[in-house]
Amino acid sequence: MKSLSITSTKDLLWKDSLTTESPLIRRLLIGTALLYLTFFLFIPLAAVFAEALKDGIVAYVESLLNEDALASIRLTLLVAAVAVPLNALFGVAAAWAIAKFDFVGKQILITLIDMPLAVSPVISGLIYVLLFGLQGWFGPWLADHDIKIMFALPGIVLATIFVTVPFVARELIPLMQSQGREEAEAAITLGASGWQMFVRITLPNIKWSLLYGVILCNARAMCEFGAVSVVSGHIRGLTNTMPLHVEILYNEYNAVSAFAVASLLTLLAVVTLAVKAIVERKTHFPTIVADPMSEVQTGSIR
Amino acid sequence: MSIQVDHVTKRFGAFVVLNDVSLHVQEGELVALLGPSGCGKTTLLRILAGLEKPDRGRIFLHGTEATNRRVTERRVGFVFQHYALFRHMTVAENVAFGLTVQPRSLRPSAARIQERVRELLTLVQLQAMAGRYPSQLSGGQRQRVALARALAVEPKLLLLDEPFGALDAKVRKELRRWLRRLHDELHITGILVTHDQEEALEVADRVVVMHQGNVEQIGTPDEVYEHPASPFVCQFLGDVNMFHGRAVQERNFPALPPLPDGELVAPVGTVDEREITFVRPHDLDLNRNRMNPAQVEAIVRYVLTAGSRVRIELIAQDSTQAIEVELTKERYRELNLREGEVVFVHPRRRQVFKILRS
Repeated sequence: MKSLSITSTKDLLWKDSLTTESPLIRRLLIGTALLYLTFFLFIPLAAVFAEALKDGIVAYVESLLNEDALASIRLTLLVAAVAVPLNALFGVAAAWAIAKFDFVGKQILITLIDMPLAVSPVISGLIYVLLFGLQGWFGPWLADHDIKIMFALPGIVLATIFVTVPFVARELIPLMQSQGREEAEAAITLGASGWQMFVRITLPNIKWSLLYGVILCNARAMCEFGAVSVVSGHIRGLTNTMPLHVEILYNEYNAVSAFAVASLLTLLAVVTLAVKAIVERKTHFPTIVADPMSEVQTGSIR
Repeated sequence: MSIQVDHVTKRFGAFVVLNDVSLHVQEGELVALLGPSGCGKTTLLRILAGLEKPDRGRIFLHGTEATNRRVTERRVGFVFQHYALFRHMTVAENVAFGLTVQPRSLRPSAARIQERVRELLTLVQLQAMAGRYPSQLSGGQRQRVALARALAVEPKLLLLDEPFGALDAKVRKELRRWLRRLHDELHITGILVTHDQEEALEVADRVVVMHQGNVEQIGTPDEVYEHPASPFVCQFLGDVNMFHGRAVQERNFPALPPLPDGELVAPVGTVDEREITFVRPHDLDLNRNRMNPAQVEAIVRYVLTAGSRVRIELIAQDSTQAIEVELTKERYRELNLREGEVVFVHPRRRQVFKILRS
């Protein structure tokens, strides 16, 4: 109710606002933005589907049901299924620690969490080659014990995890910091155990932001190319994720199949954006209500 | 539940928040911890709740040591300044929380919990709000929900951390009367942290005045107001005028007996010991004629007649110190004062403190 009334008054104000430009300039600005988006987003997006369906729906379905394509889809799903929950867990734990406790090295931890965003994905992949590759630090030991990390599933999962570390944590840290620790303390004084406090107080308060972070994390995990490319070894049907499979097909001039698999990733992106939009609305609703200023205002009305 | 705080010291880094604080609270008492922000009162409250650990010293709850007892085992109800209601739960769910997290063997049945929630919401006069969310309530209502939630687990001790600090003046006044009545009904031991001396004096059985991590004075509201043990207590509890002077005779304790009647400042040079005299504005009277050589001569600067009493601001002739006087309307009319007139300030009551040389 409250948020509705807020947005509607905002809309009203917007129309009559003194800061609104003249109709001509408005149309010019909107037109420019639309033109830009058309050239750089809509046309390429449409091209993906157009190319994929160029030889008809049968060819499209066939190239998706191809054994290697299916293997790449399975692998991508598997990698995401491992990487996303692990990063969600880590993100909640890190955000909890950063928001609720003061400890030495807190700033370093925050910076470290951001690092994968600053480092080129190719470098992220190379780090693992340096660590676990045959000439790497642990390479000989791993070879002696017959443990395969490079050019196998573990390497792909590790590289994906590295690249997607920041998404959940970065979503949660500011939220949990702004929520403070009073509610948790209230729960404890009322006799709740640590687990009860987490499940019944902390989690409900962060659920939408957590979901938002997980969605972004998942999208990135499924579409990661650079880091995975370095560690995967590109073994068809074994270590090719969907983005890598697209590249191989394209290099083989198999455009239809390449675009068919690419269209799946594109669909994933579209669905992600849609879900993200819905979740965003949910995450922003409670922050309006929980705004401390509005508490003070309602407090004085009574 | 009786409380014994035994030589508790707490530091945050190099900053000493509590400096060897000792305190005893009897069962059923409502005690106010009063002091300016940063005096350590909230930290002491959090130590009692188990939310902080003292660096040194011990806490006894109901005669047994509880210094290291966990928060969940202390059976204290804690009310936070900013309510700390669970924002994703309704009022009824908030109140029920303490009961629903109890171990299954102790937990009342769902029907019993509902009944208890209804009782508590009736107690805090919010029966109609059971289904609402905290964001739909006013500040005063939220704090009453927080109180009901704290009372749900039948705590032996109620700790209130500036419970009315975030509310506006009128609601605050209403709620503290209501809290006093509630305390008289429930007979639960309570500790209230506040920086509002009016609140402390009105609500509490006893007041603990704190300053920079030390307890300055413990006493009934009358005791701390009428017989402040230190200059700080005197200054903190209400408006006060300060007069510097010299002691008539040397004594070894900080509070000296009053000066001879009517004298505000001791004759200079009588004894080599400096002192301060505190007089509340309503304990000062004004005269047109000098009645005593030690009276202060002053010029009337402003007269504020709004309110139940007349407030007059004066400037001392010799020291240009501002003096505030509060007169009854009758007395003001009798004197027929005008701004710019010269008058003599006459104390009816005062507190004299010797400045201890360190």
